[in-house]
Amino acid sequence: MTGTVPLSAYLILSAALFAIGVIGVVIRRNALIIFMAIELMLNAVNLTFVAFSKFLGSMDGQIIVLFVMAVAAAEVALGLAIIIALYRNKESVNVDDINLLRG
Amino acid sequence: MPGPAFFVVMLAKIAVVFGLMLLSVAYLTWLERKVISDFQVRLGPMRVGPHGLLQPIADGIKLMFKEDIIPQAADRTIYVLAPTLALIPAFISFAVIPFGDRVRLFGQSIDMVISDVNIGLLYLFGVASLGVYGIVLGGWASNNKYALLGGLRSAAQMISYELSMGLSVVGVLMLSQSLSLVRIVGAQSKAWFILLQPIGFLIFLICAIAETNRAPFDLPEAETELVAGFHVEYSSMKFAMYFMAEYANMITVAALATTLFLGGWRGPFLPPVVWFLAKLYLVIFLFIWLRATLPRFRYDQLMQFGWKVLLPLALANIVITAAFVALR
Amino acid sequence: MEWLFFIPLAVLALATAVLVILLRNPIYCALALVGTFFALSGLYLLLQAEFVAVVQVIIYAGAIMVLFLFVIMLLDVGHEPPPWLRQDRPKLVLGLGLVALLVLELAVAIGSWIAPGIRGPYTSDYINAVGNTQLIGRLLFTEFLIPFEITSIILLIAIVGAMVLARR
Repeated sequence: MTGTVPLSAYLILSAALFAIGVIGVVIRRNALIIFMAIELMLNAVNLTFVAFSKFLGSMDGQIIVLFVMAVAAAEVALGLAIIIALYRNKESVNVDDINLLRG
Repeated sequence: MPGPAFFVVMLAKIAVVFGLMLLSVAYLTWLERKVISDFQVRLGPMRVGPHGLLQPIADGIKLMFKEDIIPQAADRTIYVLAPTLALIPAFISFAVIPFGDRVRLFGQSIDMVISDVNIGLLYLFGVASLGVYGIVLGGWASNNKYALLGGLRSAAQMISYELSMGLSVVGVLMLSQSLSLVRIVGAQSKAWFILLQPIGFLIFLICAIAETNRAPFDLPEAETELVAGFHVEYSSMKFAMYFMAEYANMITVAALATTLFLGGWRGPFLPPVVWFLAKLYLVIFLFIWLRATLPRFRYDQLMQFGWKVLLPLALANIVITAAFVALR
Repeated sequence: MEWLFFIPLAVLALATAVLVILLRNPIYCALALVGTFFALSGLYLLLQAEFVAVVQVIIYAGAIMVLFLFVIMLLDVGHEPPPWLRQDRPKLVLGLGLVALLVLELAVAIGSWIAPGIRGPYTSDYINAVGNTQLIGRLLFTEFLIPFEITSIILLIAIVGAMVLARR
């Protein structure tokens, strides 16, 4: 294997990570692990941004990644606060147990 | 691909730095005991070797021969891994710190830094933020309420003071226009940054002491509080590794303070490495002095101080420095 | 030569990502996610985005995951049963079926895409000349000033929100 790594390699890796994140959200019932799978999806998208930034000769990708990271940090802080509040009420972080509005 | 000389030089540098670090960590314990005993008007270690100079070796042998206890319900993998995780960031921080100017050795021009990364300072902050893992995982893996609480307290303290530490350095960045530590030392040719950034230096020093869990910020691991905190269940070599990690971290932040504020290896007459070591020793002596003199902060006082006093002060420092740089 | 770094980092990223969604103990999942972040940081370095690589370690591995670990350790989070023992298997099959559809779509989209070859002004040489961090700083305060200020407001909202939500 010689030469540089083509853009499609990064895109395929990023798509695979995104798909793994989606599978994680679908099959896990623990709210914290679902949250981690969401972070995985965000990172997959970050990888796509940076890969495009390099191969298209533009800096937009890297700057947008900084914004995505800041928003992800804000989201994690709020999400974990919500999970803590939920845990205080229900003693469980299993998303199947959060069904008070079920008719 | 750089030639073989490049790799040989790099490996030699890594070997020398690593070896010296290990030796310094061991003898720092001796130094601390001697200095504190001088402050307390007593002799300190005197029996093992002349003036207790072989004391660290005796301590090391003792710790190695102690029984290695692993609590039954502890998470074995993480319990064994955590002390190593605490040690790694302390050692890899030294990869970007410059010890001296260029030297000519065997016809090669060698930079006295293992790796001059152009984002050196950010690398150091990344590595410092990883230091939290060793402590919080060690506290959790011990399966002990007190260890968990001690670990979480220590982690909370570290991430709070990390913030102010990063902000206090932004003033230095504005003055030196570069993140590379080699260039920051280069920018101090006219005046050391401690003269231009006194508040920054003060904040950095305080945050450095809090980061490394040293007195007066050592509540999470003091023997009289919370039953020695996160390392209560550790014995023998793993405890020794936590111990070493703390002293290695102390050396690292002292080296950082030297590089960023005290002019690194700069100084007249004597060779640069000697100046670097002298300044390093000065800062470490200051840390030991503070330990011998000041009482411990209570945890809530500690957190209040970090968030309500140091953070606004660091931000004010940035604003003032920015004003000066813009008006220059 | 680049492949020598890309292949191990990609394998590490994928392996740790799979571990995140498969392991039962949440602490191990969090540590696997930290591994993923390190692999991604390495990939960013390979793409010559040094600032983003280090910021990834500082923010994700150094702050966000520590927060995760705090919450996992403070809440008594139990282990959940493995997927093949669960009661809601029809839901599971439907979900995985939809994911398979997504993967198929992604594969088709990437496979049939032709690289544009359009080159913007910021080539690797230009970035290396000016300095990655300096360039990001410059762009952040000129072209991307409004998103920057809005992000600071978002972070403020997050701080206030977290304090209100987590208070007793």
